[in-house]
Amino acid sequence: MTSGFVRHRRSKRVIATFTVFEADLLRSLAAQLVELLHNESAVVPIETDPLEAMLDFSGPTTEPDDPVLRRLFPNAYRDDAEAAGDFRRYTESALRDGKARAAGTVIDVLEEAGLPPEPTGEDLTIDVELDPDTALVWMRAFTDLRLALGTRLEVEEGDEDYWYSLPDDDPRAQAHHIYEWLGFLQETLVGAIR
Amino acid sequence: MTTSSPEKVDPGVQQDLAPDDITLADTPWVTIVWNDPVNLMSYVTFVFQKHFGYGKKKAEKLMMEVHEDGRSVVSSGTREEMERDVQAMHEYGLWATLSKAD
Repeated sequence: MTSGFVRHRRSKRVIATFTVFEADLLRSLAAQLVELLHNESAVVPIETDPLEAMLDFSGPTTEPDDPVLRRLFPNAYRDDAEAAGDFRRYTESALRDGKARAAGTVIDVLEEAGLPPEPTGEDLTIDVELDPDTALVWMRAFTDLRLALGTRLEVEEGDEDYWYSLPDDDPRAQAHHIYEWLGFLQETLVGAIR
Repeated sequence: MTTSSPEKVDPGVQQDLAPDDITLADTPWVTIVWNDPVNLMSYVTFVFQKHFGYGKKKAEKLMMEVHEDGRSVVSSGTREEMERDVQAMHEYGLWATLSKAD
């Protein structure tokens, strides 16, 4: 099992070794996030004035339906729906692309490090080496993965006892275990970068 | 916010503040970061240092405000500047809003 990320003193690169199972799990989570980000696509609002529609940026103006997407793209103004809509119109598409690209980078790095399309060999280990910029991208991607999983699970502050009380074969307990594992990885990544 | 390890953050970080830790009150707009149960305390501190260029002590103070008070004003300036800060916070996965300063 991986012991997380450490910084290589001489090269300043951040390194980690994953079992093939762990690397495959990370890839699968990142791929699901990419799919989610593209799934409920940024809907273009219907404009009544065709000229206005043409000159308009194509971003959405209302909050996404999915709670995960609502958390990833929150309203920037709490008490001003119009300003929140405008802000969303100009920023959400770029935010979505950035987050999807970050998750894609995780997948690319894992595959470049030797993760096969369909792993079968149990003994394979995947060594990743991240330059400082890529390490930051991974850190953002891990954050988004944890936000997605935590929102789906409806994680709350200080609710560990509840999760530990669930039977081991409860799928929610298993998902929460993965959520905690991502938190562990993220903690080591932040520690290795700073 | 949360931690992934049982280590506790030293509560003493809030006690000795430098003069530049006091947020300017005259600027009309502020960026507020809200607490969430997912993001790690270490990560939030890191983001405050990285994006705003704050020292570790100030970043930790703001992080603890978010954690304990549920929110913290993390920057102030023009509306356009605050929109950029909020966008950056959303890129980092922090829950942020902007509003007129009280």
